[in-house]
Amino acid sequence: MKRSRPWTTLLAGLLVLAAAAAWAQPDLRRWIPLAKDGLHDPASPGTRQLQEPRDALARLAPDGAGNQVRWVQALERGEIVPRANLLEGTEVRLREDDILLNLNGGTPIVRFPHRAHTLWLDCSNCHETPFISKAGANKLDMRRILQGEQCGLCHGAVSFPLTECNRCHSVPRASRGGGPAPGYAPVPPKAGP
Amino acid sequence: MNAAVVRIALLAACLAATAIPAVAEYGDVVLNHRSEAEGVRPVIFPHWFHRIRFRCKVCHSELGFRMRAGANVVTMKEIVEGKFCGMCHNGQIAWAPDRCDLCHSGKPGLKPGIQGGHSTLGPGLW
Repeated sequence: MKRSRPWTTLLAGLLVLAAAAAWAQPDLRRWIPLAKDGLHDPASPGTRQLQEPRDALARLAPDGAGNQVRWVQALERGEIVPRANLLEGTEVRLREDDILLNLNGGTPIVRFPHRAHTLWLDCSNCHETPFISKAGANKLDMRRILQGEQCGLCHGAVSFPLTECNRCHSVPRASRGGGPAPGYAPVPPKAGP
Repeated sequence: MNAAVVRIALLAACLAATAIPAVAEYGDVVLNHRSEAEGVRPVIFPHWFHRIRFRCKVCHSELGFRMRAGANVVTMKEIVEGKFCGMCHNGQIAWAPDRCDLCHSGKPGLKPGIQGGHSTLGPGLW
């Protein structure tokens, strides 16, 4: 009987540690109720019936920006299962290669993942307007992006905002040997649906 | 020179983010080109609510909504006829267009456009 005591103490200690760890990393995300968001009219009968952002978003992969949700992660993990088409005849297209951009700039190289984008969007949403489907044919410009053009059509409005520089500028130049950046270097696509 | 301008612009965007609190949910769109003129409250379109249920491509490819606030002028006649919002808001996939208050729930006097930007305050407004 006495011999089991150290184990009990250890177990209790571990439980306390686990509880402390859980307490130390609380979910700090907060969503403003619809009636107080400055847009919805608290006097409207509809405002009380609509789903609150907190009720829908709190269970999804957390983020520190935008809706405070990692939308691609939430989709990949199956936390949400949004429909990909309404019409039976629509071909749902997915492309999985990566494109490297900003090869000669001063900031880290941009890795553009087709997969994360085509999980949500159709090819026609980006090609041929605003982006020509030819490597090197698009002159990307942060000033235009910040003004809501090019990538800024979505990033800064509905997808993660432009404060998150490193999510796009994610490939350090040093990792490529520090020399001149190579030309277009696509990652071969995986077999996909 | 160009890199310096971009850095200054990004710094300004970051400062704007700290100065202006984001109130509306990120990606909320106010539709009020016609609503109040027609005697109803403005529409608040929540991107977050819709993207849980549908991928962007459903509305922005199949339904034909252009990806720019203000570029889509949709009338109730079109919705009732099953176009745009009416592809789903038909009482089968989502609530029917006779539930006016569920969409037309905005405060009077709101300006149309994306209101819930995070730091750029939406396209063209950073």
